[in-house]
Amino acid sequence: MGRGTEIGRVRGLGAAKSGVHHWWLQRVTAISNLALVVWFIVSLVRLPDLGYQTVTDWIGQPLVTVPLILFVVSVFWHLRLGLQVLIEDYLHEGTKVASLLALNAFAVAGGLVGVFSILKIALGA
Amino acid sequence: MASVNRPLSPHLGIWRWRVHMLVSILHRATGDGLAIGGTLLFLWWLVAAATGPEAYETFLSIASGWVGITILVALTWAVYQHMMSGIRHLAMDTGWGYDLATSKLTAILTILASLTLTAITWALILYV
Repeated sequence: MGRGTEIGRVRGLGAAKSGVHHWWLQRVTAISNLALVVWFIVSLVRLPDLGYQTVTDWIGQPLVTVPLILFVVSVFWHLRLGLQVLIEDYLHEGTKVASLLALNAFAVAGGLVGVFSILKIALGA
Repeated sequence: MASVNRPLSPHLGIWRWRVHMLVSILHRATGDGLAIGGTLLFLWWLVAAATGPEAYETFLSIASGWVGITILVALTWAVYQHMMSGIRHLAMDTGWGYDLATSKLTAILTILASLTLTAITWALILYV
């Protein structure tokens, strides 16, 4: 055990020893989602049309490319945490473990597909 | 786990429906619906735009048909409902709003706000 008082050593630690980490990150990504989703919707509504040229030109602007990448990271991180709770509530034993692994694969691969697509448009490949 | 028929605590069926329950369930349903359906549609849009004009045109022709619009309106509502209910959760995380009157009022407000914002968003897209 570390130093400090007894309460200081156990504060924030549940049975899994990771304490409030999941809870906290879900709130942090909720707040970043809030800002980025509002920005995303307002931006799309303000575009003159949603055709190929307009949309790819829009994504290619640096002040859009970067927030859009942040949007993908924030949303996929948040959904990774949210779906984890759903799986833990309704699935058990082996099915739960398999589903959590599939969820991680979906979140990482999906996020990467999104980020790569944005970069491909922005860098004009 | 050994399957023994132990008595279960009363489940959904016996409770009278209240708006707090509805909003709580909608928060999970909209969140998980968006996490799967919303992201797949979003990725299709991005990948189509990254692939080229023909792929994007295919996406747009499906998305702007009546089935596509219906799904997009439903997803927009899901975004707003989850967002409003999420803001309510963040406020309640501070310890605020647990008394019955406030809790009921804020639950009703999330529904009114999500429907209003969905209507405004689509009015702007379709008519402005």
